[in-house]
Amino acid sequence: MTGSLTLVALVAVMFGAGIYVMLERSLTRVLIGFLLVGNAVNLLIYVMSGAPGLAPVLYDGVDPDEISDPLPQVFMLTAIVINLGITAFMLALIYRSWWLARLGDRGDLVDDDRDERESGEGAADVARSSRLDDTAILDILEQSDEEYEERGSEASARTGRDGADPADRADRGGDRR
Amino acid sequence: MLVSLGLFALVSLLTPFATRLLGRRVFLVIAILPAAVFAWLCAQLPLVVGGSEETGASGELVEQFRWIPRLGIELGFRLDALSLLLALVVTGVGALVLLYCAWYFRDDEPSLGRFASLLLLFAGVMFGLVTADDVFALFIFWEATSVLSYLLIGHYTGRRESRGAALQALTVTTFGGLVMLVGLVLLAVAGETTSLATLLATPVTGAAAEWGVALVLVGAISKSALVPFHFWLPAAMAAPTPVSAYLHAAAMVKAGVYLVARLAPGYADLSVWHPIVIGLGVLTMLVGGWRALRQYDLKLLLAYGTVSQLGFMIVVVGFGTRDAALAGVALLLAHALFKSTLFLVVGIVDHAAGTRDWRELSGVGRRMPVLATFAGLAAASMAGLPPLIGFVAKEAVFEAFLEGVAHGEAWAWLALVGVVVGSILTVAYTVRFFWGAFWRRDGKPDTPLHDEGAGILVSPVVLSTAGVVAAFTIAAIEPLLTAYADELPGPQEYHLALWHGFGPPLAISALVFGVGALLVWLRRPVARFQAATPEWFDASREYLSIVRGIDRFAASLTMFIQRRGLPGYVAVIVLVLVAGLGTGLLLNGAWPEEVRAWDFPAQPFIAAVMAVAAIAAAVASHRVTAILLVGVTGYGLVMLFGMSGAPDLALTQALVESLTLVAFVLVLRRLPKQIAQHNPPVRRRFRAIIGILAGAVMGIVGLVALGARIQPSISGGLPELALEAHGKNIVNVMLVDIRAWDTLGEISVLVAVATGVASLIFVSGRTGAAPRLDSSAGRRERVQPIVEQSNVRDDRATTRQAWLLAGRTLGPRNRSILIEVLVRLLFHPAIIVSIYLLFTGHNAPGGGFAGGLLAGLALVARYLAAGRYELGEAVPVDAGKLLGFGLLLAAATATAPLLFGSTVFASSWFEWHVPVLGEISFGTSTFFDIGVYLVVVALVLDILRSLGAEVDRHREEGIDTADGNDPDDGTDGDEASVTADDTAATGPVDAAITPGEARP
Repeated sequence: MTGSLTLVALVAVMFGAGIYVMLERSLTRVLIGFLLVGNAVNLLIYVMSGAPGLAPVLYDGVDPDEISDPLPQVFMLTAIVINLGITAFMLALIYRSWWLARLGDRGDLVDDDRDERESGEGAADVARSSRLDDTAILDILEQSDEEYEERGSEASARTGRDGADPADRADRGGDRR
Repeated sequence: MLVSLGLFALVSLLTPFATRLLGRRVFLVIAILPAAVFAWLCAQLPLVVGGSEETGASGELVEQFRWIPRLGIELGFRLDALSLLLALVVTGVGALVLLYCAWYFRDDEPSLGRFASLLLLFAGVMFGLVTADDVFALFIFWEATSVLSYLLIGHYTGRRESRGAALQALTVTTFGGLVMLVGLVLLAVAGETTSLATLLATPVTGAAAEWGVALVLVGAISKSALVPFHFWLPAAMAAPTPVSAYLHAAAMVKAGVYLVARLAPGYADLSVWHPIVIGLGVLTMLVGGWRALRQYDLKLLLAYGTVSQLGFMIVVVGFGTRDAALAGVALLLAHALFKSTLFLVVGIVDHAAGTRDWRELSGVGRRMPVLATFAGLAAASMAGLPPLIGFVAKEAVFEAFLEGVAHGEAWAWLALVGVVVGSILTVAYTVRFFWGAFWRRDGKPDTPLHDEGAGILVSPVVLSTAGVVAAFTIAAIEPLLTAYADELPGPQEYHLALWHGFGPPLAISALVFGVGALLVWLRRPVARFQAATPEWFDASREYLSIVRGIDRFAASLTMFIQRRGLPGYVAVIVLVLVAGLGTGLLLNGAWPEEVRAWDFPAQPFIAAVMAVAAIAAAVASHRVTAILLVGVTGYGLVMLFGMSGAPDLALTQALVESLTLVAFVLVLRRLPKQIAQHNPPVRRRFRAIIGILAGAVMGIVGLVALGARIQPSISGGLPELALEAHGKNIVNVMLVDIRAWDTLGEISVLVAVATGVASLIFVSGRTGAAPRLDSSAGRRERVQPIVEQSNVRDDRATTRQAWLLAGRTLGPRNRSILIEVLVRLLFHPAIIVSIYLLFTGHNAPGGGFAGGLLAGLALVARYLAAGRYELGEAVPVDAGKLLGFGLLLAAATATAPLLFGSTVFASSWFEWHVPVLGEISFGTSTFFDIGVYLVVVALVLDILRSLGAEVDRHREEGIDTADGNDPDDGTDGDEASVTADDTAATGPVDAAITPGEARP
């Protein structure tokens, strides 16, 4: 199997340039990188057909041995169309994030370090949001535990439903801890 | 058995709908199903207990269905004595609990349909669990019970404690379940079978067995709430009472006991067995009883009592002798009867009095005598008083352990002492329960009670009576129990009975009652002692701190890893690619034997232009420049493809490239013009190095991939296949016929992407076609101001001939007569050509993709020339419907052959000669291609509708940010001025790329 050195070099250049752009913070530039990388990868698949020949259309008189390998072409054809779809989707994302986040003159920049850290702490809060649920059930369990009280005080002290009285609850919490 | 499971699933699905019609009466209907299964199971009793007449041994009912033959996993079900006992408990108690629900809930209970459906489904899943023979089927049912338990505990979604309890139960039981899965895999691999029966008949030995069984036991003890996992069960009492009675007393928590009982015949002599089963069982029995003794809340008292009893049962069934096993299954039956009764009783008391705290209850027993009587029977059974099934079981337990002690077994001593102490605690907390729930307290007025109706009493009365009846008919029940127990070693002499004569077991029972009564008598000193003793086994605190620790660790790890944002991720991914793939490539070194410099002389020139464009695109500072340069690389590909035997690719790439440019420009007109360059120079150098490395690696990939190919391409056979499929264009034939499955997947991706684009841009709902001229009066009015304004600014506008339907909707500055005329002349020919491409694609370059893209481009032209109303006029259909129809057509083509007894995507053809178009081969694959065509057109339409028309609307209505006004409430009168301001503000770039703005 042989291939064209020119095309291999072109794949390398387009891929490298694409990655370079993709590493920026601007989403539009990321998309530009995506397009370059996409074209480079398509071309890489194309290189795998080996030596080019006639178009793979079997008109009368076409020798099937002389046509290009159609298999990579099939792979690429749908890839090209799907590239269009993904590009449109990313564009919609860019527009939406700019529009929603009111980035204004900042355009389409993704968050920088500081923003990331803030949202990271926010995420930790979300992760811990079930804590209140956990302590709620713990409270209920503890309220049901009998504490020892001197004879006689029980009948007078317990009138309301246990836990309905906040002061009472605080008292018990104190006892337990 | 599979039929029953299917019925459970089906009825559960229908239950929510039935609930809408029937309200709470739906429970009466769905209770019929478990009752029917119960009856069917009873009919199987003779077979299972008596066995078939030929063999005489106890029989079993086996059902097997192929499921995953490659892994040797089958949907195997086996109904033997143990399974039958459990299944009877599950369906019997299940039916009664469902019956109880009909009175427990009111019609206006929120999410009643969901609750009913889940509870019924749980009954079915539990039935599957106890009858499953395949270990992996067992595991799936096992986890399904955990999930259903989660949903049922969390029934009151609005309550914090409900959610917390549900999550705790789920976390603990699925943790145990996963550990169990590892154990099951170990056992299944070592035993070379997934059948439980085979694993027990020929037990696995050695380290695999020790580890496997230990891990499975972890699952069992987490499910059955043994120490240290016991805390989830009391918490689960946040569930509605029927759930507690069924899942957390009779059924789900028994799953662990069942598994221990199931494994005991084969694995009770392993060295890991007794420490886990007896050690933890005894500990649990004591901890549960101890804590039950200090509860105010009656339901929690029962919950801790259940924890204690579960430990008790596991000790007994896991002890490993025939007599202990017999006692264990008797205990299991007894517990299912009395504990579910007591929970149901607490539910009634709770409803009637409005509280479950016994300090507030007084005199309930006098006014609910029937309830108190039957609760008393069940409580007595729990305490082990004669003449009740609980007593029968407990006598058998003492006898079995005494026998072990007589043989000098150390574990028997521990078990006996533990069980005796635990039983004393049981007597004490049983008295506390009954006294607390029903007694009259001095100086406290009787608690006011609501009338609950007699129907709600049916289930507890039946269950409680069953406990009495079972004790007297124990001889009739025993064969079922011995059929299981005889699988274990030991003399088969002992029989369950109410009266064994005076002997050591009776003496122990008397001791238990005596000391228990003493504990009740000394209630105050005991309470003082309990309050003074530190909580040694308050595992819920430890659980919470572990969970919190994990949360914090996850958050800090996330913050550490994700600090660098998107570019950081991409850099890491690319560096891994470079390092991994690069190293692999250099070590591999399958270089091609020969390499040509180029394929044809023009190639290096085209490639050079493309390379320069790619680099320039990477460093360009204006977005539009960058995109045009990317376009150059795309059109370069078109030339490369076109000049070397890939006309289909060239055509598609050219069309896609044009559409990409349009889509880009449509969005970029809204964004600021400059691409902000915030990256410091250091990072730029870093990025350049990564880029160069990545490019080099990909170049090497290309070379090595070429060199590494040693097999001939499969493409050699394709021409023949293509002709067989009546097509000359191999590429298209492969797309729509040979590899049609792939294409179906790919157009599904397109549908998803198009839907995604529309959903991102449309704020409220995406249905409907693009706006049309006459679609609503409101829209027309909105258009008017521009036209009127045009009279003032530019008289020519009114006199102009309208070449396009919506041309007048644009302001005069945005109109171009030249473009309108061109579009008018070219649109219809373009559509015709696109259809031509679609139909000749099978035999010449073209096909659904290219045709659809061309039609899409024609729509782009209409939109660019005359704006969004023109788009609506050109395609007055909903893009979503077009997408759906295209996909449906393609999928129908795929499945239609099935109706004719053929395989998916089998194709058939007929051909005829048409003038101009030439030879036409019309086959099923053509319909598939039409589907592709429609999907592609709809994709382009969605892009235009969203990124074009809808963004226009945002612009016109001045919706700059999402906080915005409801778009339809926008102030129409200001529209013209807003448009003008907008144009001025965003400057020349904006103006140059506004649709129809190309006017000189």
